[in-house]
Amino acid sequence: MSVTGSAAQAVFDVEAIRADFPILGRRVHGRPLAYLDNAATTQKPRAVIEAISGYYTEFNANVHRGVHELSERATAAFEAARARAAAFLGAAHPHEIVFTRNATEAINLVAHAFARPRLGPGREVLVTAMEHHSNIVPWQLACEATGAVLRVAPIDDRGELIVDEFERLLGPATAIAAVTHMSNALGTIVPVRELTALAHGRGVPVLIDGSQAAYHMPVDVQSIGCDFYAVTGHKLYGPTGIGALYGRTDRLDAMPPFLGGGDMISTVTFERSTWNALPYKFEAGTPDIAGAIGLHAALDYLDGVGLPQVAAHERDLLEYATDGVSSVPGTRVIGTARDKASILSFVMDGVHPHDIGTVVDQEGVAIRTGHHCAQPVMARFGVPATARASLAMYNTRADVDALVRALQRVREVFA
Amino acid sequence: MSELSELYQEVILDHNRRPRNFHALAGASHSAEGYNPLCGDRLTLYLDVEADVITDAAFEGAGCAISKASASLMTDAIKGRTVAEARALFERFHRMVTTPPGEAIEDLGKLSALGGVREFPVRVKCASLAWHTLKAALERQQQTSTE
Repeated sequence: MSVTGSAAQAVFDVEAIRADFPILGRRVHGRPLAYLDNAATTQKPRAVIEAISGYYTEFNANVHRGVHELSERATAAFEAARARAAAFLGAAHPHEIVFTRNATEAINLVAHAFARPRLGPGREVLVTAMEHHSNIVPWQLACEATGAVLRVAPIDDRGELIVDEFERLLGPATAIAAVTHMSNALGTIVPVRELTALAHGRGVPVLIDGSQAAYHMPVDVQSIGCDFYAVTGHKLYGPTGIGALYGRTDRLDAMPPFLGGGDMISTVTFERSTWNALPYKFEAGTPDIAGAIGLHAALDYLDGVGLPQVAAHERDLLEYATDGVSSVPGTRVIGTARDKASILSFVMDGVHPHDIGTVVDQEGVAIRTGHHCAQPVMARFGVPATARASLAMYNTRADVDALVRALQRVREVFA
Repeated sequence: MSELSELYQEVILDHNRRPRNFHALAGASHSAEGYNPLCGDRLTLYLDVEADVITDAAFEGAGCAISKASASLMTDAIKGRTVAEARALFERFHRMVTTPPGEAIEDLGKLSALGGVREFPVRVKCASLAWHTLKAALERQQQTSTE
């Protein structure tokens, strides 16, 4: 399919999309692969694989350094990727995009360079009960180092954030609110625009963890109004090792560097160094150039298909999967928020999620089992772990049917 | 499905459904907690050791079929053995589950039912959890005995 033309946007053709992902043609344990572990990482379209390969075969060189042809091309491609990421997230300027290894590093950057100087005894960080460990632990470390306290806004039995409680926990002591846009364990979509308005109303800056949301729905950071937004490339159909932090210009400008090294400096003497301009101040050392170029291709691909179309396709499929999984005797869905996307966590009476995972894998069905790096969410629902099927644009009803058949097989094995 | 039926042998399914020695042991001389943070499997192992002999063994906890069956089979297997025998059995069990698939393994009686995990590398930890907990409980005994 043509992913750049408007024809691709007119019709959502899942078979044409599948043909763009080489790995989807392979078999696992002799069965067609039904890849339903997209919340862990998505598969890569050929355009991404070729972009990475093209960089290494045609213009591999370091960026921001050489005056030679290859370095100039690499630098141009790297900066074009930044501009592409800025456009994808709706940032006002490319320099508001800092490349990182992943969303975890983006959150750690903010915790160190932005939050720590504002934390201390009597100060607080506010998160929600459905955060991934990557949006809990950096704040715990910052709190431990400074004497600040971590506050947690609770969720209800459906897995929805209790917004009134979030609002109640915002106060003069709150230094920052760090909130997921979409729960990786429950699928809940969080009303981040509303939360940002509440926080800003009390002068509290906001970081949104967009790891799960950004490949399921259109994101516009200026419309959300947040101060920071973190994404990871490998869930956006891009390569591993590249992520991005959006930071509003005034916020980034006011922050000290995160890591020190080459590229992030303007001048260096042994007495003192001065910092480079945005965003380079936050990008020490040689970056993942190939990763950025691969991410650029991924974002082109994603926008070519169209996130509104992807969202509609996945919404239909989630409903189909919820019905299918629920039809297997003894299953119970964990996470039933009214506004949710693309993630189906479930448990099965008398069968541990790990055993579910092993049996369905033998049927060619890849799902995640465990605590999904969200142990507090598991504790909230009183389960040690869940099985999780998570959807992407290339999944079909046939994938879901394979899962449901495999779950019936689980019932037979553990009858 | 042959690898799968090798993993979930009838004896494993039986011990998962009806785990033996699945209770706390009041007045146990030794106990240890086993936890696999990767998957959340958690068990508490209780031992009664008298004159260097494990006179009773029991466990509690929650985990997958493999970890539960392994704990059940293990507590059955170590009852009545000396501490040294139990340690030696730990080594033999460990060797069995870490021998590459296709290579011959020692016959460990009922414990051999867990040999099927060799085809499933990520599940070896599930089978080993109870045994590592046993080792921890016995280390503790060594510490107390040397005091």
